[in-house]
Amino acid sequence: MSRSHMPATMLSDLCDVDALAAARSMRWRPGLAAPAHSEIFASGCEGGGAGLALALACDALRSSLAEDEDRRAVLWVQDRAAVRLTGRPYRPGLPAELRRRLIHVVAEKAEDALFALEEGLRCRDLAFVIGELTGNPKALDFTASRRLSLAAEKHGVPLWLVRLDAERDLSSARMRWDVRAAASPPPRWNAAAPGNPSWRAELFRARAHALGEWILRDDGRSLVAAPPHSVGVAAAAGDRPLASG
Amino acid sequence: MWLPRLAIDRWRVGERCARGEGPDADPLALIAETAHGPRIDAVNDAGRAAGARRGMMLADARTLCPRLKVAPSDPEGDLAFLGKLAVWARRWGPWSALDAPDGLVIDVTAVAHLFDGEARLLADAQAAFARRRLTARLAIAPTAGAAWALSHFGPERAILQPGDDAAACLEELPVAALRLDDEVLVVLRRLGLKRLGDLHGIGRSALHRRFRNRKSPAANPLIRMDQLLGRVSEPLLPVVRRQAPLVQRRLLEPIRHRELLDQVVADLAGDMARELEGKGQGARRLEIGLWRVDGEVAARHLELSAATRDPAHMCRLFSTKLDDVDAGFGIEMVRMRASWTEPLALGQGDIEAAAETQGTSLAACIDRLTVRLGEKAVRRPVVHASHMPERAQRWRPPLEHEPPAQEELRFHARPLKLLDRAEKIAVLYATPDGYPKAFRWRGQVREIARVEGPERIAPEWWRSKSTARLRDYYRIEDTAGCRYWIYRHGLPDDGRGGLPDWFLQGLCA
Repeated sequence: MSRSHMPATMLSDLCDVDALAAARSMRWRPGLAAPAHSEIFASGCEGGGAGLALALACDALRSSLAEDEDRRAVLWVQDRAAVRLTGRPYRPGLPAELRRRLIHVVAEKAEDALFALEEGLRCRDLAFVIGELTGNPKALDFTASRRLSLAAEKHGVPLWLVRLDAERDLSSARMRWDVRAAASPPPRWNAAAPGNPSWRAELFRARAHALGEWILRDDGRSLVAAPPHSVGVAAAAGDRPLASG
Repeated sequence: MWLPRLAIDRWRVGERCARGEGPDADPLALIAETAHGPRIDAVNDAGRAAGARRGMMLADARTLCPRLKVAPSDPEGDLAFLGKLAVWARRWGPWSALDAPDGLVIDVTAVAHLFDGEARLLADAQAAFARRRLTARLAIAPTAGAAWALSHFGPERAILQPGDDAAACLEELPVAALRLDDEVLVVLRRLGLKRLGDLHGIGRSALHRRFRNRKSPAANPLIRMDQLLGRVSEPLLPVVRRQAPLVQRRLLEPIRHRELLDQVVADLAGDMARELEGKGQGARRLEIGLWRVDGEVAARHLELSAATRDPAHMCRLFSTKLDDVDAGFGIEMVRMRASWTEPLALGQGDIEAAAETQGTSLAACIDRLTVRLGEKAVRRPVVHASHMPERAQRWRPPLEHEPPAQEELRFHARPLKLLDRAEKIAVLYATPDGYPKAFRWRGQVREIARVEGPERIAPEWWRSKSTARLRDYYRIEDTAGCRYWIYRHGLPDDGRGGLPDWFLQGLCA
């Protein structure tokens, strides 16, 4: 049984070690319902963190309800340093179903960003909340992270928190990812061009799933996961002649 | 409805004399001080008989009539009186508007039967004005413009029926009946257009060409003519007295502490919510005034993204606004006013409990965010018609209606994120207009594995300077797999500067 299907009972059933172990043994795969609070660690020099957060969020939305009747807004909170490092979301580059629904918040300080995140999680009219915080601000300690988890679980609004250039500190996030960009598969018509975005994502902490590493790729309709080594080696080998040619 | 002698009539009422008797028997002028000396604003009958006219300098009038008496005119008082008169005149119709400085417009649509016909209505109104010793010229017409023309230049108590041909009935009136500025009247007189009928005689396109750059209705005879004939609508501002909901608390003991002030604000918000609920309104703008014992007044106001009358919501928004209020020796009175309200249907009660279990609404969430972070911090991207990537998106308030716009073309691949300022990079390339091989960005050298491009975006010549350079955009992926959007600013041989620079503008997912 997946942890995310029973958010309230699993908290109280901590003693039920067998059930927990059984749940943990299930490997994560795309298309499962998303946990309420996930963290994604990424470098501030690439757009992969926000890209994977959006891809995971859209994947979870697709799996939870019919796509075309969802018109709820999406809140994207950035602190000032994240805006400086990775820029603001650009509407023409967003996934098509999110373009009209985005509400963007720039917070000057980490405290303001946490406030905006929590207010967003309490709002029933939001599909999900994306946060981008740089580094390890003092305000984002375990208590703050627990507040976010509880708010997200209570109101059912998932939070995807992207941590740019951050250490893996204490957090109550249910799933924590570490993401780097990965070589994209060559497009069909122009093999020399960059293809669909793909990421090398490492799940380094999760309550309900076994840890692991995947190459994740958004092929426009859904999220595709592949084992890391085979694809990684193949893509690396396939890239060499392109790089030199 | 035109009150041609409003100022004199008011003066006469103030002097308590009948027309032509007492002080009014002598020539008298009401004057206003101007930069060139006193100028006559209004004259009574005796004064007019003696030769004084409105608009004359007082010195000129004195040479014609040395015993002319003067009194100061009072335009503000006249206007205030006219406002009261407009409300009083609503006895003949449900809706009235001011036509400053000396006219009123009353909507008598479907009212005449209450007075046994339009002629009787006008007679009744004339009698009522006469009882108040006011001279009035009245007219009824299908449009405000026609009624104005008839009341000023038509026969007494003229009535223009909706079925009549307005253009034919009014063609004998002078062009001044069109409510035009003096200089336009001079122009029309010089053109030989003296009657309204003359304007119909010449082609509309000729008039349109002559007055093509006059946008104001008072300067364009065509617009005025269309308004008179009812071809274009003419909005009028009705005299409706609207009271902003206002609640206040006078405090027995001046308060100096924040908790007490919060309590008072909560009480006021509750009162305001009841007041608004009684009117079926919700507040869009709220003002709070804090009167201090030492005579200082602090005022705070806030605007809401959607009409609300939720007291807890108001309190929470005000609590951040009241952080920097200096209580001094104490606050003795607090007043809250909703200066902008919108209709809001009655809703279910117990909203705060609902918010606790079901979450807040989007409007409430946006309000909380804007109050703490500022209006500029919470926005949504909208499409703007521009080729330049950084101009193709603009930031607007989040709940504003999105203007219709063309979406980005499907075959354009755009990055997920755009830097506020494109960052300069050093690029290694085989030839200046060939594919880039490697680049240095933020102190790191990255080798480029795959390239797509260039996508050439030319400068917008209608907006930028002629020296602006074109941009060649490339989508690239480096050997680590990071994807970026970079551009070369200019061509090596375009004659608009030296070798082109390279910039990194966007980060792809």
